[in-house]
Amino acid sequence: MRGGMRNPMPEQPADIRNKNFEEVALGYDMATAIDEAQRCLNCPKPRCVEGCPVNVEIPAFIQAIAQSKLNEAITILKRKNSLPAVCGRVCPQENQCESKCVLGIKGESVAIGRLERFVADYAREQGIDITKTDIDSSKDKKIAIVGSGPSGLTAAGDLAKMGYDVTMYEALHAPGGVLMYGIPQFRLPKEIVKHEIDALKDLGVKIIPNAVIGRTFTIKELMDEEGFSAVYVGTGAGLPHFMHIDGENLNGVYSANEFLTRVNLMRAYQFPNVATPVYVGKNVAVVGAGNVAMDAARTAKRLGAEQVYIVYRRSEDEMPARKEEIGHAKEEGIELRLLNNPTRILGNDKGWVNGMECVKMELGEPDASGRRSPVEIKGSEYVLDVDMVVMAIGQGPNPLLKQTTPELETNKRGNIVANEEGATSIPGVFAGGDIVTGAATVISAMGAGKKAALAIDEYLSKH
Amino acid sequence: MAKILVKNNLAPAVYEFIIEAPMIAHKCQPGQFVMIRTDENSERIPLTIADFDREKGTITLIVQTVGNTTTHLCETFIVGDEILDVLGPLGMPSHMSKFGTVVCVGGGIGVAPVYPIARAYHKLGNKVISIIGARNKDLIIFKEKMEAVSDELIITTDDGSAGQKGFVTDSLKAMLEAGEKIDLVLAIGPVIMMKNVAETTRPYGTPTTASLNTIMVDGTGMCGGCRVRVGDENKFACVDGPEFDAHLVDFANLVQRQQMYKGQEMLEYSCGGHCKCVEE
Repeated sequence: MRGGMRNPMPEQPADIRNKNFEEVALGYDMATAIDEAQRCLNCPKPRCVEGCPVNVEIPAFIQAIAQSKLNEAITILKRKNSLPAVCGRVCPQENQCESKCVLGIKGESVAIGRLERFVADYAREQGIDITKTDIDSSKDKKIAIVGSGPSGLTAAGDLAKMGYDVTMYEALHAPGGVLMYGIPQFRLPKEIVKHEIDALKDLGVKIIPNAVIGRTFTIKELMDEEGFSAVYVGTGAGLPHFMHIDGENLNGVYSANEFLTRVNLMRAYQFPNVATPVYVGKNVAVVGAGNVAMDAARTAKRLGAEQVYIVYRRSEDEMPARKEEIGHAKEEGIELRLLNNPTRILGNDKGWVNGMECVKMELGEPDASGRRSPVEIKGSEYVLDVDMVVMAIGQGPNPLLKQTTPELETNKRGNIVANEEGATSIPGVFAGGDIVTGAATVISAMGAGKKAALAIDEYLSKH
Repeated sequence: MAKILVKNNLAPAVYEFIIEAPMIAHKCQPGQFVMIRTDENSERIPLTIADFDREKGTITLIVQTVGNTTTHLCETFIVGDEILDVLGPLGMPSHMSKFGTVVCVGGGIGVAPVYPIARAYHKLGNKVISIIGARNKDLIIFKEKMEAVSDELIITTDDGSAGQKGFVTDSLKAMLEAGEKIDLVLAIGPVIMMKNVAETTRPYGTPTTASLNTIMVDGTGMCGGCRVRVGDENKFACVDGPEFDAHLVDFANLVQRQQMYKGQEMLEYSCGGHCKCVEE
């Protein structure tokens, strides 16, 4: 039986972890990691690698763990992935590498993500640093990376390894993008993100914070005045969507972006030891059912909310969040209000939220895409007793870039139009990640950064 | 990091900082602002760019001590110190054109952000009439600077200790009643003042612009904390503004949203929450 089942991940107990910001998953120890690694069949044609957007040599690094050669394991991992401690934690492996593992057909797939995390954590704790030895000869060309989220970090790392002079511009005061402001400490500790970014600085990548595209500089200025030969735009999907229903401007209504930025980037969970405040109600509704919604709901619970609801207009099967995150949220006492849609937010005479009117929904006929669309049940309106609402219904591209670079082609949603390799309508300007695809995953953004790095290298070899 | 080159005390609890920020000084236009973070545990606060020198690479910020962060900055930062983070220039620049006669109204430290805009209007050949107001004469700032860029400067004080006794709106109203031709009114100051300016000009149909001082976090359009109702739409003041048509702004919603953290703002963060101020 043991052969078919993966080693479980130790975790903080749910009723303890929902009161602190410490990491939920505690990671494998050495013996467990080696045991798990030995489950890998080392397939001659490994399908797991195809499932990884950055094509990590998975069997090779797992075999190294199985043989206790951890220095070798981290070297193999970092060859393809600059941020393994991040990916091991936040990738939806069940839809990627692990979904292709042959062991998954009859039993459970190898816990590739957990092993990746184990190796990266071990290397960090032991101070093993392999990045410096990896640099190619200098190429004597400057490349600007705009945005320091997962796609920008990956492109920067790969281009620096190829020998380019890379400068990364970030609008916020800390690099990392969604890894810093969006994903909470309890899923991705910020010291780990900082450590992986510092490894990029060791490769020679320069990071300039507090510089916002469209305001502090434009793409044209970077190329014409600052001497950059190519620009990679990885500015993400940072513009929060609201529902445009009555009451959204009441006090106590947040976008998930604002709520999470206050707590993660500004550390408002430590208020008043830090200056940024955050409001938390007694009863909180989080609207939406993606990973951002799960993060916001679990964060509200940790900040002391008594009752936290996830309000979603479809059913559990359609929830876009990872199963694991939904499970964690439920264990922590988050209540799902499925097939419910907000119609307006109610407030008291001082302008604070004191309720949210919802209407019940049912699933109608499948539409063209095969997804059953939710339909309102007439007359089923009721008021949910909440004093805070977080809107987590998605994000779009920030319009600042388009305003100042009109020649950059975008689609009707405002996303940059780029080909498979990331090339945009402006020669020498490449783009990838959420700014091209719309809000997606960390690893797909990293995959885009990787492809673009290769395309930029090819472009510069001809120009 | 932005080094403080000059620090002046302009009025009780009001300080002028000239800081080194070449990238911002190179690009900024009248009407724009910066977000600053003083040190590691600081919050991010918006401050308007009150002046700039492109050649020296400096910008000027005017700060009034109204809470923890501004008090910390004004009372502990001295010349030579560095402000940890300064991001900018942010927001849409003021719309610049030759309108004709422009009345620039500044209340309290709102005079500081009015100054670069008034200067630009003046340079474009507009007739600039400035009305600057404060509670009393000690709180009047930028008097000489405003004089230099205005065809006419009117000073008002609530207690009559300088200039005309009364509010800025009294002088504005007198002008409108006298039938003076005004093509544009710009108002920057406390919300109540901007609201009153909007109500004063509304019956005359005089185009009126206000620069809104909403709560902000990032200042780049990613959170919507600064959202404000303008006409039938929600706007983000940091990217769509901060200037809007004052006749369309829902000032009541702005006032309400400014109160969101009033309870927390009373807490002194540097004491770690263990002092008496928390118990009260």
